[in-house]
Amino acid sequence: MSSTATSHDHADADHDHKPGFLDRWVFTTNHKDIGTLYLLFAIFAGIVGGAFSGLIRWELFEPGLQVFAKGSMLDSMGIFDLSNPDHAKHAYNSIVTAHAVIMIFFMVMPAMIGGFGNWFVPIMIGSPDMAFPRLNNISFWMLIASWILLCTSIFTPSGPGGEHGFAGGWTMYPPMSSHIGSPGPAMDLVILSFHLAGASSILGAINFITTIFNMRAPGMTLHRMPLFAWSVLVTAFLLLLSLPVLAGAITMLLTDRNFGTAFFDPTGGGDPIMFQHLFWFFGHPEVYILILPGFGIISHIVSTFSKKPVFGYLAMAYAMVAIGFVGFIVWAHHMYTVGLSFDLRAYFVLATMVIAVPTGVKVFSWIATMWGGSIEFKTPMLWAIGFIFLFTVGGVTGVVLSNAAVDYSLQDTYYVVAHFHYVLSLGAVFSIFAGFYYWFEKMYGVKYNEFLGNLHFWIMFVGVNLIFFPQHFLGLQGMPRRYVDYPTGFTYWNQMSSIGYAITIVGVIVFLVMFVEALIVRRKGVANPWGEGATTLEWTLSSPPPYHQFSELPVIKDEDEHH
Amino acid sequence: MGTTGLFGRGLFKAATGAVSTLILSAAMSASAFAEDTKEILGQPTDKAMGWQLPGSALKVKTENFYDFGLFPLITFICLLVLVLLAWIVIRYNKKANPVPAKFSHNTLIEIVWTVVPVLILVVVAIYSLSLLRDYNDMPKPDVVVKATGNQWFWTYDYPELGVTDIESRLREDAKDLKTAKAAGIPYLLEVDNVLVVPVNRVVHVQTTAADVIHSFTVPAFGFKIDAVPGRLNNTWFKADKVGTYYGQCSELCGKDHAYMPIEIKVVSDAEFDAFIIKQGGKTRAMLASEATASAAAAEEAAASAAVTASAEASASAAAPAADAATPATASASAAPAVTPASAAVAP
Repeated sequence: MSSTATSHDHADADHDHKPGFLDRWVFTTNHKDIGTLYLLFAIFAGIVGGAFSGLIRWELFEPGLQVFAKGSMLDSMGIFDLSNPDHAKHAYNSIVTAHAVIMIFFMVMPAMIGGFGNWFVPIMIGSPDMAFPRLNNISFWMLIASWILLCTSIFTPSGPGGEHGFAGGWTMYPPMSSHIGSPGPAMDLVILSFHLAGASSILGAINFITTIFNMRAPGMTLHRMPLFAWSVLVTAFLLLLSLPVLAGAITMLLTDRNFGTAFFDPTGGGDPIMFQHLFWFFGHPEVYILILPGFGIISHIVSTFSKKPVFGYLAMAYAMVAIGFVGFIVWAHHMYTVGLSFDLRAYFVLATMVIAVPTGVKVFSWIATMWGGSIEFKTPMLWAIGFIFLFTVGGVTGVVLSNAAVDYSLQDTYYVVAHFHYVLSLGAVFSIFAGFYYWFEKMYGVKYNEFLGNLHFWIMFVGVNLIFFPQHFLGLQGMPRRYVDYPTGFTYWNQMSSIGYAITIVGVIVFLVMFVEALIVRRKGVANPWGEGATTLEWTLSSPPPYHQFSELPVIKDEDEHH
Repeated sequence: MGTTGLFGRGLFKAATGAVSTLILSAAMSASAFAEDTKEILGQPTDKAMGWQLPGSALKVKTENFYDFGLFPLITFICLLVLVLLAWIVIRYNKKANPVPAKFSHNTLIEIVWTVVPVLILVVVAIYSLSLLRDYNDMPKPDVVVKATGNQWFWTYDYPELGVTDIESRLREDAKDLKTAKAAGIPYLLEVDNVLVVPVNRVVHVQTTAADVIHSFTVPAFGFKIDAVPGRLNNTWFKADKVGTYYGQCSELCGKDHAYMPIEIKVVSDAEFDAFIIKQGGKTRAMLASEATASAAAAEEAAASAAVTASAEASASAAAPAADAATPATASASAAPAVTPASAAVAP
C-alpha cells in the first residue's frame, strides 16, 4: 500500500468545501457527484424497466390475453392505451421494446460506465477528476433528455391505427420502423432519443479515453493500471467506434421516414438488410459495452476477497482488448436467417467462436485468482462468484448459437432470450450489484447490512435462474420471442418463468430495504473495510473520499500492487 | 506454488469423477422425463425440455449435433466451472486456508486453457460448417413453394404448378382457448388454408414479404428463413413423415405477430397432385407430358418448316419451343435425383 497516497486526507480536508444544492447536483462538474447521479438514475430506470418486464411475465403467465386486454387490472390503471384488442397487443410490443431500450441505455450503461466508471476510474489512476469535467456534466443531462424523449414516445401515436408507442423492438428493423410499420411520430422520438443517448455516450467515451491516456498519476503506466480502468478504456473505444454507425443508420431511417429518401426502402432501390448490417455493427459491440466494465469489477472483487493479486493480469487486460476487437467483426451472426451467402455465414460462424477463447481465459483466470486464496464470502464476493458461474452458462449457450446450422432452429426463439439474459440480466446486472456492494461504503461512507446483502443475493439468484433457465426449454421447443400470446404447449415453463419473476421482485425489494436501512442507520464506514486484499487507490482515501482527491498526486512504484 | 501444486492430480481425478457422475445422472433423468411426456409431432409439447420431434433427416442431424455434441460439451464446461468453484469455496475459505498464496502467474496453465478451447472449437467448427453446407447446398427441387409474408397472414404460391395466392390465416376458432379446445385444434396454430407438400420430396421454399419483414419457420424441419420485402430468399426441406407441422412467424412484424402461424400438411404424392388439381393448377406429370407434346409439336413444325421454308424461319420457330421444354425436363429429371441427395443427408 502506498504511503504517499494516504497522506492526502488531511490536505484535502481544506478544499472539502461543498457547493449548494443546485450548484452541486445540477451544474456539477465533480466526477463523484456525477457518478452518484448516474447510479441513482440507473436504479430508477432499472425499476421502470423491471416493472415493464413484470408486465411481460404477467401477461405470459398463461395462454390467452389477460393483462394487455380491455378491462384488465392494467387497463384500470389507465397508464397504457388498451382501449381495444389491437391497441392492447400493440402496447405489449411497445413495452417489450421499451424494456430493452431502458435496460440497455438507461440502466446497465449508466450504472457501469456513468456510475462506477465516473466514480472510480479517476481515483484508480490517481487523478483528481475527469479530463473534461463540464463535458461530464452535459453527458449526464443529455441522457436525461434522451430518457424524456423515450418516455414521451411510449405515449405518442405510432401504429397505423393510432396505437401508442413504438413497437418494433430495440433493433428497430425497417420497414417495421419506417413509415410502413410505424407511421406515427413515436418512432421519430425514439430516433431522437437514441441520437441523444448516443451523443451522451460518445462524449463520455472521449472523456474516459482522454482521462486514462493523460491523467494517470506518476508511475501509473498502462501495464500497472487497475483492470477496471482497463475495462472502461476498452469500453470507451467500443462506444467511440460503434455509436457513430448507429447514429448514421438511424439518421438515414429518419430521412426515409420524413424526407422521402429510400435508403432502406426496396421500392426506391434501398435495402432493409443494409439497416441490419449497420445496426449490428453497432449492436454487437454494444453487448460487449454492457459486460466489459463488469469484467473489470469482478476482477477487483475476486482479488480483494481472495487476498491474492489478479491471476494473469496482462492476459486479463489483453483478453478484454481482444474481446473488444473481435466484437467488431462478428455482427452478422445476428443475421444468419436473412439470406446471407454461404461464405459470409461460414466466416461469421468461425469469427464468433473465436470470442469464446479470450472469454474462457477470463473465467479460468478468475478461478485461478481464487485458487489458493483465503476467501471471505462477503456480499460482493457472493455476487462475483454468482456472476462467474452464470456468465459461463450464458457464454456456452452463445457458442451453441454461433453455429449457423443450429441457429436456424433457435434464431428469434426463447433460447436466444435465455442466452442474452444469462450474460446480461444475470451477468452484467450481477456485476453491477457486486460493484455496488463492493464500493457502497467507499461511496457513501456508511456500511450496508451484511445480512440484507446476503439475503438480496440468494433471493435474486434463485429468482433470476427460475426466470431464465426454463426459457432454454421453450426455445428448443420453438417458442418465438416477442410474442404476446402462445400455444398451450408452452404453458408450463412460462409459468415457472413468471414465478421466478415474482421471487426476483422480492429480491429487488430487499435491495431497496438494504439501501434505505444503510442510509438511515448510518453505521460509519472506514477507509478500507476489506483489508489487505483491497490494493487499488480508492482504498487509500477516506470513505467517502474527500470532495477533491489527490491534489498532491500519488506516486506509483513497481512494488505497489494497485491492480 | 508450482505447476503440479496448482491443479493437483488428485483433485483432477475427483473433479472429473464428479462431473461424469453428474452428467450421467442428468442424462438419465432427462431420458426418463422424455418417456413420461407424450410428445406430439409437429408442434410444441408442454413441459418438454428438449427439441420438438424432428420431421426431416436434416433436422435429425441438427438435433444430434446439439444433443450429442454441443449439449454434452456445454454441460461439461458449466459443471467443470461449478465443481472448481465449489472446491474453492470448500478448500480456500478463510478458515480452511488462513494464509493466502501469492502466485499470480503460471505460463503452462495459461497456455493450456487457451489452446485446449481452440482445439475443441476447431472440431465443433468443422462439423458445424459441414452441417451448414447441407442446409446451403439445396438438392434439385421436386416442388417449389413461395411464401409471402403479409401483416398478418401468409400467402402461398406454387409458381411452377400454376397455383397462386392461397391466403393462409389463423382460424377464427383457434383464436380462443375454449373454441380451440372444443374444435380439437391447437390454439394459435391452426390455419384456414394449409400449405400442402408431398412426403419424401425435396421442397424448395422461397420467401418474400409484402410489407414488413416476417420469418418463415417450421421447428420440426429445422429451417428458418426471413421474408424480406424486395428480396427472394431460399431454403429447402424434405419431410420424412406424413402429418401436420406447425410453425410461427419469427420476426417481429407488428401487433398480430403472434397470430400468423404456419401450417404445413405433408401428404402422399397422389394426395398432393389431387390438391394441386383442386386448386386449378397442373401436376408435375401433366406439365411433363404437356412439355413432351409441345416439344414433339415443335419438332414436327420444325421438320415441316425445313421442308417448306428457309433455314432462318425454322430456327425462330424452334427457339421458343425449346425454351418451354427446359423447365419441364428439369422437374421431370428431379424425381430420380432425390435418392442420392437423401442418402447424403442421412446421418
